[in-house]
Amino acid sequence: MKKIFNYLATVALIAGAVTFTACNDDDDKTPVVTYEQEDQMARPAINTVFIPSGTAKDVFNETIPSAMGTAYATAFAARLDALNGVTYPGNALGQSRTDFAGLLATDVLNVSLTATTSFYDGTNVLTGRALGDDVIDTELLLIFGGTAGSSNPGLTSDNVDANDKAFLGTFPYLAAPF
Amino acid sequence: MKITNKMKMLGAAFLVVGASGAYLIAADHIDAPGVTGAGPSSIGSDITDVYAFAKGDNIVFVVNTQGLLSPAASATATFDEEVMLEINIDNSATKDNVEDLVIQATFENGKVYVHGPVAPVTTGLTSTLVGNTSVSADVTAYGETPVIGTEGSMKVFAGPREDPFFFDLVRYKEIIAGTASSFNEVGSDTFAGTNVMSLVIELPKSQVGTGTINIWATSNRKN
Repeated sequence: MKKIFNYLATVALIAGAVTFTACNDDDDKTPVVTYEQEDQMARPAINTVFIPSGTAKDVFNETIPSAMGTAYATAFAARLDALNGVTYPGNALGQSRTDFAGLLATDVLNVSLTATTSFYDGTNVLTGRALGDDVIDTELLLIFGGTAGSSNPGLTSDNVDANDKAFLGTFPYLAAPF
Repeated sequence: MKITNKMKMLGAAFLVVGASGAYLIAADHIDAPGVTGAGPSSIGSDITDVYAFAKGDNIVFVVNTQGLLSPAASATATFDEEVMLEINIDNSATKDNVEDLVIQATFENGKVYVHGPVAPVTTGLTSTLVGNTSVSADVTAYGETPVIGTEGSMKVFAGPREDPFFFDLVRYKEIIAGTASSFNEVGSDTFAGTNVMSLVIELPKSQVGTGTINIWATSNRKN
């Protein structure tokens, strides 16, 4: 790149005050535009619930998913303990403390290309995320509900069950803005 | 999913929760200082929610940004031309959580341009645009009928939409702060009446993989 600039500078000097015209040399390529990652998200509220405030949230957003498990599984397990006030007992999906923390720590959304797509609909678990899925209740149940799903009943649903506007039947599916 | 049992007192458990009250906000609306800003001050790189759902033989990806927009703020909200939104797709057999395909969306002069799905130039935190534009459309203005870009079997929409996310965030924050011990019997959706800037892309499932894939969305700022 520096070589190109030097070359262009030389051409400009030769051209003097004359209107500069682009050279057709092979070096005259459009610079490659690069982008740096700032935010990252897959499953709902993972960064929000499991990562402490401040720069730690930015660090999570800039950790590639393939490195998240190693970086965050232990901390997520501790966070599950803190939220419950006791050692996290496991959840109604049969996942142990280690299983669930490991699953959540790698923040990707699993999407089935064959099954019904839902975050959780009573049958399908983590096969996608539909617009109307009550993802918060699913997460609250798995975080607070214990192995039978019946622990901490005041914490396993926020009692907001649906969106406040109907979705569209056709593309782009999301409702018109308020 | 609804738990209908009567509430139980949680007592001492919440002393612990109360001590860790630093974890707030929700879905990923204004989740991190580097991308924070609610409503009109929200910056274009803050992803609020990601959705992926089937429509027949197609898969639909939704990436919502700029949460908690009021109607007034929505009327003037724009996509940041310095920000590229990317849907990362791991369709490997081993599910190594490294992107095998990316779908990229850039915004320029009131239009959205979609690239991919195609293999990324490099994986990881630095991205370059891949291939040619697959489909494009005018960004839909507030109050306007959705403008849908179609090219072959791929569709794109970009513009303000009602935020599909719902959560009694206010009550959750009170619980985490230790000032409440349970959700209310009738919750209040903190996100009611608010909008987001949405990117919606629909394409055949066959273009993204087979069986099961893992996806995640990223926002990426131009260097």
